Amino acid sequence: MSVVLEQIFQVGFLAAIIRIATPLAFATLGEMFSERAGVLNLGIEGIMLLSAMTGFTAASLSGSLWLGVLAAVLTGALMGAVHALFTVALGLSQHVCGIGVTLFSSGLAYFLYRLIFGQQSVPPNIKGFETLPIPILSDIPVLGPAVFNQFSLVYMAMLAIPLAAFVLYRTPWGLAVRMVGENPRAADSAGVSVIATRFQAVILGGALMGLAGAFLSMAQFNAFTFGVVSGRGWVAIALVVFGRWDPWRSAGAALLFAFVDALQLRMQASGLGHIPYEAFLMLPFIFTIVAMAVMSRNAVAPSALLKPFRREER
Amino acid sequence: MFRLEARTSTPAWFNLALPLLAIGATLILCSGLIALAGAGVVEAYGVMFSASLGDSYAITETLVRAAPMIFTGLAVAVAFRAKFWNIGAEGQLLAGAVASCAVGAIPMPGPLAMLLMALAGAAAGAAVALIPATLRVKFRVDDVVSSLLLNSVFFYALMALIEGPWKDSFSGYPISPPIEDTANFPVLLEGTRLHLGVVAALVAAPVIWFVVARTTLGFRIRVTGENPEAARYGGINVERVLISTALLSGALAGLAGVGEVGGVHFQVMSDISPGYGYSGIVVAMLARLNPLGVVPAAIFLAAVMTGAEAMSRATGVPAFLSDVIQGTALLAMLAALLFTAYRIRRVGATK
Repeated sequence: MSVVLEQIFQVGFLAAIIRIATPLAFATLGEMFSERAGVLNLGIEGIMLLSAMTGFTAASLSGSLWLGVLAAVLTGALMGAVHALFTVALGLSQHVCGIGVTLFSSGLAYFLYRLIFGQQSVPPNIKGFETLPIPILSDIPVLGPAVFNQFSLVYMAMLAIPLAAFVLYRTPWGLAVRMVGENPRAADSAGVSVIATRFQAVILGGALMGLAGAFLSMAQFNAFTFGVVSGRGWVAIALVVFGRWDPWRSAGAALLFAFVDALQLRMQASGLGHIPYEAFLMLPFIFTIVAMAVMSRNAVAPSALLKPFRREER
Repeated sequence: MFRLEARTSTPAWFNLALPLLAIGATLILCSGLIALAGAGVVEAYGVMFSASLGDSYAITETLVRAAPMIFTGLAVAVAFRAKFWNIGAEGQLLAGAVASCAVGAIPMPGPLAMLLMALAGAAAGAAVALIPATLRVKFRVDDVVSSLLLNSVFFYALMALIEGPWKDSFSGYPISPPIEDTANFPVLLEGTRLHLGVVAALVAAPVIWFVVARTTLGFRIRVTGENPEAARYGGINVERVLISTALLSGALAGLAGVGEVGGVHFQVMSDISPGYGYSGIVVAMLARLNPLGVVPAAIFLAAVMTGAEAMSRATGVPAFLSDVIQGTALLAMLAALLFTAYRIRRVGATK
């Protein structure tokens, strides 16, 4: 146990947790906005992959990382719009559309990547984001170098969490999002456009998923590989449920998962692992399923989740 | 003037016309990518067709590829009929593969081994599908998310097995020990890979069609899916129907894994399924949830997959085109379904 505690309070370990949590935080916030408006987006896994690809490609061709981030965000927003077109405008079943978006986006990501970069024995890489120490704050012992000597995208994630909470709970638009997710009929009567609000929330969600993809290919791995996302989108789906559709709790869930993930990486590396590392990776999914069963009594999921809105149906 | 109006019923020819429309639209949309890759569209699709359906050997390869997707397609079709949203065919397939591999590694007479492999695989798949169904019935947990998340759980469970107790101690590769030679499914045509499991898949489709269309269970599944309130009013125990549906659906997905172990790979590895569970959703939607339609739909996807590799070699268009086609086909099919809900009617200019 003391070995574990020693590990935890190492700067490198804390920094690793933050880095692992960052793409999950973006993806989880993105999925949360979508679901709060009543739209489950199972396209997340594919959207993250396609964004990671377009971001990497744009950065690699232009030499500008921020142009890459922009490309990834636009890709995510575009695919969000596609999902919204099918599920919100056309009112088709959200889970099947989401699987369609994931299959389409990942296929397109592989296809375009192979087309642009060809088949190379060593995958091309870029010089990714470098850590940006924040003056004064990064001098705080232990916490400083771990938390305030990070990539700029990490700081963006840290700011995105309170910002998301503010937007969702304190702005008229956030109220509209919550209304169309809870009771679209009432929102419609109150003069809120259900279709427009849902479109906006799903597109914003897609853009955040794009940021998650950008982080993976431009800060974490500095390359695009076919396994660059490897189930992180599904993790985000679980974290939203586990975080009860709340920005703070969802981000906390991302941090908790990152802790478990960083711990299993350390245990693997130090040869301490008698427990197979897969057992750790399974945990968020099992916890979420159990949590869903426990939470089901006090329905916290947005009531209109998975339900298309058609004005004429009364 | 044209007006959209709600449809109350759809003519039978829609069941054939809509998938064909969706596939046609998909091939047209994806031809843009072929052109982008600098190849001739007709040539690329031509190679794709001849390499997958052009001669008898190619056809057997396509059928071998179609078999797991017939099973997962049936699994999804049955589940969706009852509005049991089983997105978990992938995990159920993996469980079936692992169970049949464990049984197949035990020395015993061949026919007995194959029978027990099928039973174990089906049982494992059914057991996995029982989890989201039970959670929905007992705890009102959303089955979409729970069945989806279980895919990741069973993927990591499989990885733990092949990187742990099942790891090949000789080579160090994460692959399971092979099943007994006697348990390998017999090849039906000399010089091909066409194995017994493919025939099993082709037989399963009409059997499941019969179950859904002509038996009491099938009737209950359909009524539960179309109108659970009416089903309940009519004395049907909706919860029990959902559980039965899940068991049937999971068993079918498990059999997809059995066929891959017994007939194709003879062992279990991390990429034993290149997403056949998700492809099953595409297949079932293209088939309009009709078990008989699952066979041509699965053969279409399988032909695209086998043909894409040859197309890539001949024209340089990345073989990943098949993944794009799969996703596009699902979205196009969903869009085509709008024709079942609405009709465009010409109306006179009225004030």
